[in-house]
Amino acid sequence: MKVVVISGKGGTGKTTLTSAYAALSKSMTVKVDCDVDASNLHLMFPTKVNHTYKFSGAKVIRVDEKKCMGCEKCVDICRFGALTFKDGLIIDDLKCEGCGACRWVCKASALSLHKEITGDIMLEEMEKGFLSRAEMISGQEGSGKLVAAVREQADDIGRMNQLLDGSPGVGCSVIASVTGTDYAVVVTEPTQSGIEDMKRVFELIEHFEVKPFVVINKYDLNHQKTNDVEKLCIEKNIDIIGKIPFDALVKEAINQGLPIIHFKESIAGQAIRESFIVLKERIGV
Amino acid sequence: MDIVVLSGKGGTGKTTVATNLSKVMSYAYVDCDVEEPNGYIFLKPEQSTAMDVTLNNPVIDSDKCVHCHACVTSCEYNALVGLLDKIILFEELCHGCGACQLVCKTDAITEIERPIGEIRISERFAMGMLNLKEPMGGPIITELKKKTNHFNNRIIDAPPGTSCSVVKSVEESDFAILVTEPTTFGLHDLIKAIELIEMMKVPYGVIINRYDGYSFMDEYLEYKDILCLGKIPFSKSAAMLYSEGHLLIEDDSYKTCFVAMKKNLEALLERRSS
Repeated sequence: MKVVVISGKGGTGKTTLTSAYAALSKSMTVKVDCDVDASNLHLMFPTKVNHTYKFSGAKVIRVDEKKCMGCEKCVDICRFGALTFKDGLIIDDLKCEGCGACRWVCKASALSLHKEITGDIMLEEMEKGFLSRAEMISGQEGSGKLVAAVREQADDIGRMNQLLDGSPGVGCSVIASVTGTDYAVVVTEPTQSGIEDMKRVFELIEHFEVKPFVVINKYDLNHQKTNDVEKLCIEKNIDIIGKIPFDALVKEAINQGLPIIHFKESIAGQAIRESFIVLKERIGV
Repeated sequence: MDIVVLSGKGGTGKTTVATNLSKVMSYAYVDCDVEEPNGYIFLKPEQSTAMDVTLNNPVIDSDKCVHCHACVTSCEYNALVGLLDKIILFEELCHGCGACQLVCKTDAITEIERPIGEIRISERFAMGMLNLKEPMGGPIITELKKKTNHFNNRIIDAPPGTSCSVVKSVEESDFAILVTEPTTFGLHDLIKAIELIEMMKVPYGVIINRYDGYSFMDEYLEYKDILCLGKIPFSKSAAMLYSEGHLLIEDDSYKTCFVAMKKNLEALLERRSS
């Protein structure tokens, strides 16, 4: 069984919630940080790196300058504006999408595709279970592929229940995070932006046939907007499993690198505990 | 002049900074967070012109196809799968590079334009929106920036993260504002954003959002000698304004704060250009 925590909008509290659930759960022993651009889950737990490897999720074009005749056909054929010619072929690696189309017009066979390392993938041992995560190299293509690789590493550990921390948005890395999961916990906040982004996420996960639950974070910052979230969830027949109040201790917990549930006096921690009990009831773990 | 606003971590306040600054600086606002564009909520643009953004996808003429599968082999994205009697396209995987067409010996491949999202442009405002279930926002960002080139001064609101769509938002910008918040998550992701922006050789400064006193964030910026353009104090009233879709500059103390940032920025850009 796989539960993914996502949000659409960034900064609504995905990692705060995921780290708390990870600390509370006895059965979800495998944690997966799918936010490869900006992975933060490991900052909340003492972990020991079990192993690490370089992942190549993209290719980039290279030119053999001795063979290049300067016909510039490749420059014209490239649809990504990655090639320019000035006393020799100049390749903009950030623009090159590694399609290799330029190779087919090169009469001198001067162009070839090379694998590019797009990130490091780590398997880390936690006090309870494992964390599979990655650090993407800044500016890389193919974050979706890196997410898929992080998830594959998690699957290889064995058939255990997984808790996944997603990334913001609705694009390739979110699609790669949600595919093949059973449940999605959508963390939202009572703001107009939070609500608009949540609607797009609902539509996306519906397509992937993942059952959604909702947690409203900082619900007391705007009761009217919280009402709007609740109305929307009733309309869509989506279960709200928790409402977490604003609590200054959450920031303190992040900065100490501790899941919020370790702060006994935290009202947010208490609400998250309660939401986790509801989640366990609903999904039966 | 293009100023791009990015952050690494999501939800640090990119859109807050970009929308409010675009107002006080009288810059046009361009929302490149095409997966979850939110700027329109705050800027409430007048009626806009919408246009589709398309990607060229191959269409295979089965009468001409001789099933050599050269196109399948040429596709670096595994978007084409060859069966015994036909070729199937997984359109979400196609980058529209045209390699398949180049390798086809029988000219069996033509292209159609498939919409993957849209852009909307009004007088001082533009946004892009990726269609749901589509993975790639990059082409929309590129098109959006091209179609708004006539705006002389632009504030570009980038998506979160540090991947290719952020690169496309940053490309050709004159200056970058990195928005962070004083948490370890904020710092961790700011460092990744700095890595990216230094690699792209764009000059930059940092804005600390939800500022609540001197912290490790100030220390880090001082230690690294990174320019801090301003600090936006945390308050529940600001959170309330944001939640209702209002600009923070509707509050006088925040207006003062953004005007100060504008002055910092303008002085800096002036110095750089002279």
